[in-house]
Amino acid sequence: MTDAHYHSIRFDASACHGCMACLRVCPTQAIRVRRGHAVMIEDRCIDCGECIKVCAKNAVVPLTASPSGLGGYDYTVAIPSPALYTQFDGEVTPGTILQALRNSGFDEAATLSWSCGAVTHAIELYFAEYRGPGPLISSFCPSVVRLVQIKYPELVDQLLPVLSPREVAAREAKRKAAADTGLPLDRVHAVYVTPCPAKMVSIVDHPGMEASYIDSAVGISDLFPLLAPVIREVQTSHAKVPETETAAGLGWAFSINLPSTLPAEDTLSVWGLPNVLRILDDIDKGKLQRYTFVECHACFEGCVSGALTVENPYVARARALRLQQSLPKRDLVDAAEMRARHERGEFRTTVPFAVRPPSPLGRDIVTAIARMQERDGIAAGLPGIDCGACGSPTCATFAEDVVMGEAEQAQCVVLRQGQLEEQLARLAAQGAAATQERGREIR
Amino acid sequence: MTEAEFVRAYEIVGADFTNAGRASTSIKETLKNMGLASALIRRVAIAAYEAEMNTVMYARRATMTLHVTPADVTIDVQDEGPGIPDIQLAMQEGYSTATAAMREMGFGAGMGLPNIRRNADQFAITSEVNRGTALVMTVHVG
Ligand SMILES: Nc1ncnc2c1ncn2[C@@H]1O[C@H](COP(=O)(O)OP(=O)(O)OP(=O)(O)O)[C@@H](O)[C@H]1O
Ligand code: SF4
Ligand code: SF4
Ligand SMILES: [Mg+2]
Repeated sequence: MTDAHYHSIRFDASACHGCMACLRVCPTQAIRVRRGHAVMIEDRCIDCGECIKVCAKNAVVPLTASPSGLGGYDYTVAIPSPALYTQFDGEVTPGTILQALRNSGFDEAATLSWSCGAVTHAIELYFAEYRGPGPLISSFCPSVVRLVQIKYPELVDQLLPVLSPREVAAREAKRKAAADTGLPLDRVHAVYVTPCPAKMVSIVDHPGMEASYIDSAVGISDLFPLLAPVIREVQTSHAKVPETETAAGLGWAFSINLPSTLPAEDTLSVWGLPNVLRILDDIDKGKLQRYTFVECHACFEGCVSGALTVENPYVARARALRLQQSLPKRDLVDAAEMRARHERGEFRTTVPFAVRPPSPLGRDIVTAIARMQERDGIAAGLPGIDCGACGSPTCATFAEDVVMGEAEQAQCVVLRQGQLEEQLARLAAQGAAATQERGREIR
Repeated sequence: MTEAEFVRAYEIVGADFTNAGRASTSIKETLKNMGLASALIRRVAIAAYEAEMNTVMYARRATMTLHVTPADVTIDVQDEGPGIPDIQLAMQEGYSTATAAMREMGFGAGMGLPNIRRNADQFAITSEVNRGTALVMTVHVG
């Protein structure tokens, strides 16, 4: 299924009070408040979930699968984002959490540990061959990829064409399950336990791939209340649970494990969309060519602060660091096997990253010129205070919305108040003149 | 009938490195919003950015004007500043009078003017010492 405008969130008009909190945080100006409710402009949304984080009315609904709706497949493998391991209070080990997933209806639960190591190797091998312009931009956060496709189309060829650990893990887990059970591959269902709605989008429409290896996603926040009691059961049963996660895997909850062949001083790590926007702007201007790699995450603390997480991201990060220390540091990847599979292209994206520019002001240049002129004329008359009361996030976007017929100039409350004051002044002046007139008559 | 033309002017303040680059970013966004081809936008954006940075680095103030017609995109930059005594020399790759502080910020490779000329279909530069510099570059839409 490839829907050009698929999104992993929906605005629920019955819950939305039109408070405009989301309007202000949306990094791509994809939200408008129309008739008192927030609505999305589909070709601008990057599914970052910032609107979910700020909405106090739960009116922004993630379209992830409900945990109860996952039955009905022959074999279901849960693949948790490493962020899941950081969400539970007390020292809960990844092994315990994976066991709890198996006890709550999943046929298997697989870690990202091998695939994280494999992807680190794949990045190293890719860089050894890469001769194009620098820096390359990480492609593992789907919101960052969408942002590049929408806002920086010139940079799509600088997106790292290496598969993410979650995709590699899903592929390997499905192959293993098929081999173990004798089921055909397409009867094995891979469910990602996701910290964000963005990864839901990359399942339905994965940039750089014909199709994702993952079949559906359930949000950490939806799974959390179901999983917490099962985790306590596993803990009190004192059953020995195998520990398959590694320190390296845990690190991916907030950062990419880069190979030692990419020295830290030649790479940049950027968290949070406002910072990501600034960095992409600089790359676009050709300013950062001395760097080899830029790691970008839409969320401020990396995936531990995704919109569908439940724990305070700073606590989650500290927990990830503690878990990292307690887990084995072993490298699960066999270098010779990696090289052979890399040469077969097993860790590469399979199609070029497409550009997705939002629709322009006009279909043809003459129309665009006329509309841009009109836009500037309208913008010049606006107060420029970006109050949002018109339902558009800034005066500049409002001017565009008016030109495109999606808003009316009279919706600007500041302009309207100015007009009212003028009208009042005029009426007052007329009134005063009339009184004087009458005064003369009486005398 | 006069041909359709969109015109917008930007004021640039010399030595204002905090806001430097905003005009060319806005020009780029505007051209994207008008649906122009991305290869053309890239050429205009590079040229506009180099011209903007030159006025921020060397001039007191400048007006940069964007003109868009169905046939071409033109950027016209008029600055008040020291002017360029020897334009032929300034146009040479690698020639730069950038200060140590400017080099520190990553400028001063002496590639700006040559880059503008390379990306423009038409290019003209005139200058008067102690008054200022005028630069006009055009990229054809077709
Ligand atoms: N608007 C201007 N006013 C005065 N002098 C200028 C102006 N533009 C360029 N120059 C002079 O021309 C020289 C060459 O300019 P050019 O843009 O090619 O290189 P640069 O600005 O020194 O370095 P780079 O553009 O690579 O950062 C400058 O060093 C400066 O002496
Ligand atoms: S998900 Fe992000 S880009 Fe999309 S509407 Fe919400 S805040 Fe805007
Ligand atoms: S940083 Fe991680 S959690 Fe946040 S949007 Fe990107 S992939 Fe999702
Ligand atoms: Mg220059």
